[in-house]
Amino acid sequence: MVELLPDSVLPLAYTVAAILFIQGLRDMTHPRTAARGNLISAGGMLVAVGVTVVWFEVLTPLVLFGGLIVGAGIGTVLALTVERTEMPQLVGVFNGLGGGASAVIAGAELIEISTESGGVAVGSIPTEVAVAAVFSGIVGSVTFTGSMAAAGKLHGVLTTDAVRYTGEQVMKIVFLVVALGFGAYLIVQPDVLGFLQAVWVPSYWLLVATACVLGVLLVISIGGADMPVVIALLNAYSGLAASGTGFVLDNTALIIAGTLVGAAGMILTVIMCESMNRSLTNVLFGGFGETTEQEELDDIYEGNITETSPEQVVMLLEAAQRVVIVPGYGMAVAQAQHAVSELAELLEQNGIDVEFGIHPVAGRMPGHMNALLAEADVPYERMREMEEVNPTFSQTDVVIVTGANDVVNPKANTDTSSPIAGMPVLEVSDAGTVIVNKRSLSTGFSGIPNPLFAEGNTNMLFGDAKDTMQELVNLYKE
Amino acid sequence: MSLITNLTFFVLAAFLGYEVITKIPTNLHTPLMSGANAITGITLVGAVAIAGSGSTTLATVLGFVAVVMATVNVVGGYLITHIMLEDFRQGGSN
Repeated sequence: MVELLPDSVLPLAYTVAAILFIQGLRDMTHPRTAARGNLISAGGMLVAVGVTVVWFEVLTPLVLFGGLIVGAGIGTVLALTVERTEMPQLVGVFNGLGGGASAVIAGAELIEISTESGGVAVGSIPTEVAVAAVFSGIVGSVTFTGSMAAAGKLHGVLTTDAVRYTGEQVMKIVFLVVALGFGAYLIVQPDVLGFLQAVWVPSYWLLVATACVLGVLLVISIGGADMPVVIALLNAYSGLAASGTGFVLDNTALIIAGTLVGAAGMILTVIMCESMNRSLTNVLFGGFGETTEQEELDDIYEGNITETSPEQVVMLLEAAQRVVIVPGYGMAVAQAQHAVSELAELLEQNGIDVEFGIHPVAGRMPGHMNALLAEADVPYERMREMEEVNPTFSQTDVVIVTGANDVVNPKANTDTSSPIAGMPVLEVSDAGTVIVNKRSLSTGFSGIPNPLFAEGNTNMLFGDAKDTMQELVNLYKE
Repeated sequence: MSLITNLTFFVLAAFLGYEVITKIPTNLHTPLMSGANAITGITLVGAVAIAGSGSTTLATVLGFVAVVMATVNVVGGYLITHIMLEDFRQGGSN
């Protein structure tokens, strides 16, 4: 590669890019500055990519610019045409592509190195480069297929159930061990198995293929409601894969930016796990969501369910001073956020104090409910985190739970044998009246019944979230 | 640059990332994830180097594939984050 600019220009540009990424993330700490932060971060990307394009003598401009144009076209079309409800899976797909690209680049660089030395032989690939490539290859490939599988689950193309089979953990370990085996070959480069010594570095691509299968195996055995954790973790992986590729290419921009993203993804993962009081291992490998015996359901619900009507709810709302709305994934599925927002707006106009109580794992990605409500023009000041809103329920007249189940299940606090034991929940039953809007009494993701539905101050308002909320809006207007 | 220098960058970036990102409110976790995801597209820098200057055909082809993948990630990622954040800005001004 021939350099066209002074030696210091490239590292300098990467430092500028890194500063812009960091400043961009810092601006993300407030909704008012966040959009600017995103533009600053995009500016950093433009600097890093732009200078790289001019820096290296371009031997094959058609390939380079063709790739950039095709990629930019696909990215733009996807981002502009996506439905709001499909955003989680699109973020997953983008994430997978980033991870996959890192794995491919590490492989291409290995081919360049081994071509110079005429094949893979002892010492032809420096150890640190090989170690970093093995890391990027495994993590990047797992990110690629894992993200695609997660997106498939979110999109409903793959089953949202946790796919379980006998020996699944063994299968995962076998694939990991095989991938590491190819990795070990690549690092040691022993003079055996001659077919692996070809200039196209077969051991690396076998490692990639194995890790691709591993990515699918890891994600399909995780249920749909655990996707916030999976998406956050895969986000961390794609960052770490980029960072690993930075070590392969000796490129500081990749190392710094990749590590920042790795940290972001890890923090989100930890927050999501803590919000469910489960360990990461339990989310990734644990069994969860065994079906409850019908008997137990009947015991809890029989004779204790009070059904209400939209008319009665509106009467309650008219007398209320303070209302808290608790949204869940059901609101996203029914696309009820606009109706919910309109209801909140109406109540406020009548002098009622309205807030949204949002559980950290409600929805299918971190902050999913917040993003949906923001889209429906709910001011972010009205969205409250669980810890903020829990102490206020005793002063709340009416709580409307729409499309949420496990995150308001009191069993988490009372039953230590329950699968959600110890998970912090929204303590809605402290409020005067709890209206639960749900289509049926079916269980949530955890597969356990919710005693909240049978409590004295709970009224069930059966129906689709969107239709029901719209009906409340119409009745309230009259 | 040496391995040690690279490791130093790695460790410092990890600490810095932790400090900055823990300050981001739950409200913004979706755009944070999506925006961070767009930053991962930095791997495009590596792809550009290989696609534009690879000395073997195979590496060039792989570079092309990587450029397309990473550019979708970068362009799509920043755009979608921008769309989400516009929602938040409007919501706040009401």
